[in-house]
Amino acid sequence: MIGRVAILTGVLLLGGIPVAQAQSGSFTVPSSVAAGSAFSIATNGSGKGTLYIVGLEQVIKREVQLGGSAYFNAGSLHNAGHYMAILTGNGPVETRPLEVTPAAEPASLSFLARPSRLPVGLRDGITGAVYVFDSYRNLIAAPMPVDFELSSPSDAVQTRTVITRDGAAWTEMDSTAHQGNDKFMARIGNVTSTRIVGQVPGDPCGLQLTASPAGRDVKLDTAPVRDCSGNAVPDGTIVTFTEAYGSSQSTVDVPIKRGIAEVEMPAHPGAIISVASGVVMGNQIRWERQ
Amino acid sequence: MVKAAFIVGAMLSAVSALATAQATVRVEPAHLNGSRELAPQTAQAAIRDYLDAWRSMRAAFAQNRPDLLTADFIGTARDKLTDAIHEQAAAGVHTAYRDRAHDLQIVFYSPEGLSIELTDSVDYDVQVFDRDTLVSTQPVHARYIVVLTPAEVRWQVRVMQSQ
Repeated sequence: MIGRVAILTGVLLLGGIPVAQAQSGSFTVPSSVAAGSAFSIATNGSGKGTLYIVGLEQVIKREVQLGGSAYFNAGSLHNAGHYMAILTGNGPVETRPLEVTPAAEPASLSFLARPSRLPVGLRDGITGAVYVFDSYRNLIAAPMPVDFELSSPSDAVQTRTVITRDGAAWTEMDSTAHQGNDKFMARIGNVTSTRIVGQVPGDPCGLQLTASPAGRDVKLDTAPVRDCSGNAVPDGTIVTFTEAYGSSQSTVDVPIKRGIAEVEMPAHPGAIISVASGVVMGNQIRWERQ
Repeated sequence: MVKAAFIVGAMLSAVSALATAQATVRVEPAHLNGSRELAPQTAQAAIRDYLDAWRSMRAAFAQNRPDLLTADFIGTARDKLTDAIHEQAAAGVHTAYRDRAHDLQIVFYSPEGLSIELTDSVDYDVQVFDRDTLVSTQPVHARYIVVLTPAEVRWQVRVMQSQ
């Protein structure tokens, strides 16, 4: 009777707190509680006992008055996991399972975005993966939609919505057509995490060479060097000029300066002159003048 | 990608039913959520290191020595296990975990290669001692979600949470 009154009193005092499920034996334990929420464990009998909540994630030991309830305030059991509730007292030791589930509301995202810098115009070149956690750093395994968004000042926003599986979700995005810093954001509810992805010009595209006489030499110039999206290839990028004549060949590496590459090479009538940057070939010309 | 997952799964199945000193280990074919191919060597290394983590965790809880977690755990997992060991030490409690069987499956390899997620349906026994008195011995079956991240020479457990 005293135990029953104690339980009822606990219910009245705690209002919406999960109430212990009825179980046979000397104490009753909720089958599951949300991480960090308040709960109570009601005991039967009389005298003193010891209550243990044991798991890999947390260990709690309480001296209890048998016949009363042990109250656990909000936040006291906050790590999700499988626990055993063990009660020792005058009678035999009894054990009940207790599952602590992650809180329903996500509170943080672990967002891995790669790479931090890449060329423009790469299909599926940017990847993002998230793990979803509650406010106690418990992984929320229940499926939830995660919105990924890649935005840049000059291109359309790319969005994807992915449902988490076992707390994880991932996506791939295309790098945009224009160089600059893009914002890559993952969002779930009101929780967002943002990474900056730098997009740099791609390989030169349509590398164009012109030649003109310069005394006994030939002056070689490229047109402004741009990638296939029209972005200027950065100064310092190496352009290679090659002149082949007879059985000889000369090669000169020149960095781009102010958008173009230029060099003077000895003029050999009949020489074949070509230009390249990395693996990208430009045009070639045949030099006929003396 | 599916083909790669199948190959990895087939290779891992070949080494399924591995037996450690205490536990039987079964590795299910990988069921990958992700675009990155998982090399068999990577999968085997992650599983080996995860099982090593159980060994160090058992020792840490039995001896109330969180320092034994350092090599195998990092981040949230290490913090939570360390706190739990401190709590049981403060209460005069220690616990003996004996894992009997692991049923493992790799479920996610993040595209940038910086995390592997696996599930483990594990059977283990827990003995709870107060001072040196055995209070309880219980068999437990639980499903764990585990996230591992690479360190210099091994995979470390960053998240370990039963459901």
